[in-house]
Amino acid sequence: MNLAVEDIRHNVGRFALTATGIGLLLMLVLGMGGIYGGLVHEATLLIDRLDADLWVVQHATRGPFAEISRVPASLAPRLEAVPGVASARRFVFHTVQRERAGAPWRFSVMGLDWPGDRGEALPLIAGRPLAQARFEFIADRALGLPLGEQVRLGKDTYTVVGLTRGMTSSSGDPMTFFSLRDAQAVQFDLPGEALRLERAARQARTAAVDLGRQQPALLERAGRPAAAIPVLGPPTVSAVLITVAPGTDVAALAKTIGGWPDVSVYTRGEQRDLLLLGNVDRARRQLGLFRAILVFVSAIIMALIIYTLTLDKAHDIAMLKLIGARNRVIVGLILQQALVLGAVGSGIASVLGQWIFPVFPRLVLVTGTDRVLLAGIVLVISVAASGLGIWKALRIQPNIVLA
Amino acid sequence: MNAAAPIAPDHDLAARVEDLTKIYGSGNTEVVAVKNASFTVARGEVVALLGPSGSGKSTLLTAVGLINPATSGRIAIAGQPVMDGPRALVDLRAFRRHHLGFVFQKANLIPFLTARQNVQVALEINDVAPREARTRAEELLAYLGLGDRLDNLPYMLSGGQQQRVAIARALANRPGLVLADEPTAALDGRLGRQVMDLFRKVAHEQRAGIIVVTHDHRALDVFDRVFEMEDGLLRAHAA
Repeated sequence: MNLAVEDIRHNVGRFALTATGIGLLLMLVLGMGGIYGGLVHEATLLIDRLDADLWVVQHATRGPFAEISRVPASLAPRLEAVPGVASARRFVFHTVQRERAGAPWRFSVMGLDWPGDRGEALPLIAGRPLAQARFEFIADRALGLPLGEQVRLGKDTYTVVGLTRGMTSSSGDPMTFFSLRDAQAVQFDLPGEALRLERAARQARTAAVDLGRQQPALLERAGRPAAAIPVLGPPTVSAVLITVAPGTDVAALAKTIGGWPDVSVYTRGEQRDLLLLGNVDRARRQLGLFRAILVFVSAIIMALIIYTLTLDKAHDIAMLKLIGARNRVIVGLILQQALVLGAVGSGIASVLGQWIFPVFPRLVLVTGTDRVLLAGIVLVISVAASGLGIWKALRIQPNIVLA
Repeated sequence: MNAAAPIAPDHDLAARVEDLTKIYGSGNTEVVAVKNASFTVARGEVVALLGPSGSGKSTLLTAVGLINPATSGRIAIAGQPVMDGPRALVDLRAFRRHHLGFVFQKANLIPFLTARQNVQVALEINDVAPREARTRAEELLAYLGLGDRLDNLPYMLSGGQQQRVAIARALANRPGLVLADEPTAALDGRLGRQVMDLFRKVAHEQRAGIIVVTHDHRALDVFDRVFEMEDGLLRAHAA
């Protein structure tokens, strides 16, 4: 006969309520781990999805996720000329916040290096990749835009042609994927008045120097759009992503390109580490600490519950001692109940988590490893928590039966 | 503490108590609950312990039951010396498990166990295999007239039925000595009489010594011997 099971069967309502309470608490522990996992996942998602072997960024910067990085668009063909480079893609990344239906509307923009990259590698759940160089984009479904929706950004209108799932930036904002040119158009959009003022200023600057006065054609060109002025060059990009040819030594290639004085080079792993140790490091540590505190609080609450359950049975335990029950019978009763309580609570946490976490605004990523880890934590907590109850039970004197 | 030599074993006795004294507190608050009590209980004998409240009956009973050590004196149970003053000569819990049975005024059944399980647990604690423990518990409860109440939880049983389950639990391991502290106090006269008759039957059939603390003078004919306590002093009942 198992006394712990019999006690639970007899007090199943109270036990279920207690287990539910512990389950909710453990769900918080699981959720905190899930938020931590989600943060790391979101932070590294883009790097993993982009599948670049090397990231070439502005010299002495840590790349577009850590700080502003600007490299000329012409860097891509330069890199493609390097032996061992299979392809070089220009990378543009920035965050946009607008207002939509009276509420803040925030998303991250990534430029696809059209026509080489049309977004085929993205996890599309509906629609298609980009089919034209301009005015189409792919959006994550978390943005809430349906296929075919038209969105005005700056001076242009863009149509949603594809939807992804789970594509978020390291800040948790839904991702959108435009052609590189559209992404830059959104990034560098200026009001007409600002453009006119800039052109006028350019003309004034040209007129103020000898060259401008001697070359009327140059003065006239200064008042035209920037794209029509060869000396101004095209807008910069955030980075260039390199795919290395098969059989190439990535480290050696990184060292070669890293020797150029105008760029810095990172491998995918280094870029990942920079992101985790930079942008999300404090958030990670904060969540980790909070999780540790939650585990500690859970242990204390479980210990108090087990202790209270033991006190409730003090008379029965005294009776068992009176009729000669060994300590292992008493310890078994308390420890087994603590383990059952922990196991049921852990199960409730897992099931409730599956149901509740998906409605959280940011990704809560609970993996099988997290569940196993929780089970391990619960096992330790249960054993530790039952210690207080066992301590009390072993001090109960059999003569209290007579009281 | 009594410095006398340990008492000699006597296998025909369920219990031998010599010169037992129990003192609570010290100095101004000292209370002598039992003073130099000596008696024996033979196997198969049912002994009553009478006396007013506070006379020391329960203290004596719990001292003999190895749950409340005496200040001095010696106790031997089933021929084995077990206490020399407050010093235990054996593993008390294990000794209680093998040799002693307890019945109290309240049944003290474990509320989350059925009638059968309450008896079965005492057997399993004594290393009886679960299946055999179950069978023996059922037989014992049937013997005590509770064959149709095996799966009832304590709250489903009347006071008398609960007390019979407690008696079954006390007798489950066939102890050599059963200690009953006012076992009929919560029962009506008829049930009280039944319980006392039951003790006598069990004592004679199982060769167990039984000490019953009682206030109930109506059932004194059941007992082989009657002791009386007053102000901690034990003496044979005059009647």
